[in-house]
Amino acid sequence: MIDPASVGRVWLRNAWVFRGRWHYGILPNFFEPVFYLLGMGLGLGYYVSTGGAFGGDYLTYIAPGLVAASAMNGASFETTYNVFVKLHFGRIYDATIATPVGIQDVTVGEASWAVTRATIYGGTFLIVTLFFGVAVGWHLIPALLAIVLIGFAFAALGLAFTSVVPTIDLFSYYFTLFLTPSFLFSDIFFPVAERFPPAAAAIAEFTPLYRSVQLMRGVLTEGGGPVAGDVAYLLLFGTALLAFAVWRMRVRMVV
Amino acid sequence: MTSAATADVPVAQARGLSKRYGGFVAVDAIDFEVRPGEVLGMLGPNGAGKSTTMRMMYQVTPPSSGELTLFGMRSGRDARRIKARLGVVPQIDNLDEDLSVRDNLRIHARYHGLGPTEAAERSDALLAFVGLEAKARQQVRSLSGGMKRRLTLARGLVSDPDLVILDEPTTGLDPQVRLALWDKLEALRTAGATLMLSTHYMDEAERLCDRLLIMDAGRVVAAGTPRGLIAERLDPYVIEGRLKGGDDGPYRRLADAVGATAQRSGDRLSVFVPDGRAALERLLGDGVDPDRAFVRPSNLEDLFLALTGRELRE
Ligand SMILES: Nc1ncnc2c1ncn2[C@@H]1O[C@H](COP(=O)(O)OP(=O)(O)O)[C@@H](O)[C@H]1O
Ligand SMILES: [Mg+2]
Repeated sequence: MIDPASVGRVWLRNAWVFRGRWHYGILPNFFEPVFYLLGMGLGLGYYVSTGGAFGGDYLTYIAPGLVAASAMNGASFETTYNVFVKLHFGRIYDATIATPVGIQDVTVGEASWAVTRATIYGGTFLIVTLFFGVAVGWHLIPALLAIVLIGFAFAALGLAFTSVVPTIDLFSYYFTLFLTPSFLFSDIFFPVAERFPPAAAAIAEFTPLYRSVQLMRGVLTEGGGPVAGDVAYLLLFGTALLAFAVWRMRVRMVV
Repeated sequence: MTSAATADVPVAQARGLSKRYGGFVAVDAIDFEVRPGEVLGMLGPNGAGKSTTMRMMYQVTPPSSGELTLFGMRSGRDARRIKARLGVVPQIDNLDEDLSVRDNLRIHARYHGLGPTEAAERSDALLAFVGLEAKARQQVRSLSGGMKRRLTLARGLVSDPDLVILDEPTTGLDPQVRLALWDKLEALRTAGATLMLSTHYMDEAERLCDRLLIMDAGRVVAAGTPRGLIAERLDPYVIEGRLKGGDDGPYRRLADAVGATAQRSGDRLSVFVPDGRAALERLLGDGVDPDRAFVRPSNLEDLFLALTGRELRE
């Protein structure tokens, strides 16, 4: 039902568009981590007591979570606004599905491109952290794989959301009511379980960004915790939502 | 363009093909076939079901019931293989605004499975065919409406399809652009391509099409060659007159004599007659001012109006 070659061609179309304007996209990608690490890491970090749960300096504590969040953002922008515009305003999918490429190939192709974008975002962030003295070394490879997996989970979630929303205005709910609290309460900046009641912390721990942050910390820090559970969670989460999005996009496009 | 199909196997065939949206019947149990090497026209007012029929053919709308085969393959089940052999020019341009003119063609060629080199060659050849070489590197949004239409046509041809489906290819275009597109379509026709095109322009249908399906309210109300349909259903001539306050008696008497009805709209009258010259002489003998009556051959527009009525459609 899904043709890998067709998926690749949908990816290729996006790569061509990106190729024409990557220099606009990549610069903010680069500066965002610089500003975060400077402001939150060096600035705020000075006032955050070291030791305790952090057991080291604050910048090193938040860096892995910020890498995970940037992968999330890369995948989310691509699969929400960008896909919605293509779906409703540009009509380009109408043209695509009149060729041997099917709507299911389009959906998976968009997911694969969003993973690529997430990898560019998250990878840039990861490399910038090196210059702030966050030790990465041989962890680079598992960290990149983790970025790909996080990108996949959020690409699937973004596509699933886009495939059900009727208007573009609803994306502000997705960003403000879901991604922003995820960003704040996923152990990126402080251990949630230490500051909030167990019930609230349990909810946080169930969210995909929390699992992503755990995964990223696990692969980036010496003696990091086991990550198999997080990997399994993100794989299942992404696969289930992508399957849903493939089905919904079909319902939406084929009338 | 090549036509891979053999002589009498139809390129496409529909039997009892229907499409319903909720309780509304957009296409109502139609039968038709597209024969190899022909230009089949679909003529019908707005809402007749032309686009819906074409969308079912190019596999983006599933039929509600009936049978549809293309190239001997069943619609739906063999969607990917059917689409591989089709070229599509949709009613509304859906070019990719984020890509250049040339990349629009290249990516479509890639969607059709052509390799990078072949895709580039086909794209350049088709840009030349539609006269857009000079615009190759420009963004699509900088093109005029007519240029976009030509690019959409080129895109529909990029995979060298066995059947090209064109949905109102010239609607809304300047006369010059229409003529330019007609030239391209005639070139394709001469090269033996199989085309199916919808239109609500009679001149376009008469000029380009070997055979016509006339559709109205989801049904095929007539099918045949333009000349054959007219000959089959109408007398060969029409007497037209302008009353300018005069009496319509002579026209009514003429209509009675030939067993037709005089159709009146405002100040104008028309009567279909078997012998134009005799009818005109009769009118003049009956006192009609020779400056206000003339004879012309019956045309497709007469047939269209006779079949689909004169009331306005949305
Ligand atoms: N997706 C749809 N949902 C509901 N009605 C539709 C849809 N698409 C087309 N129709 C209706 O079906 C009828 C035929 O439409 P269409 O095939 O576009 O006609 P044409 O191309 O001959 O103008 C119209 O009345 C149109 O409103
Ligand atoms: Mg139409």
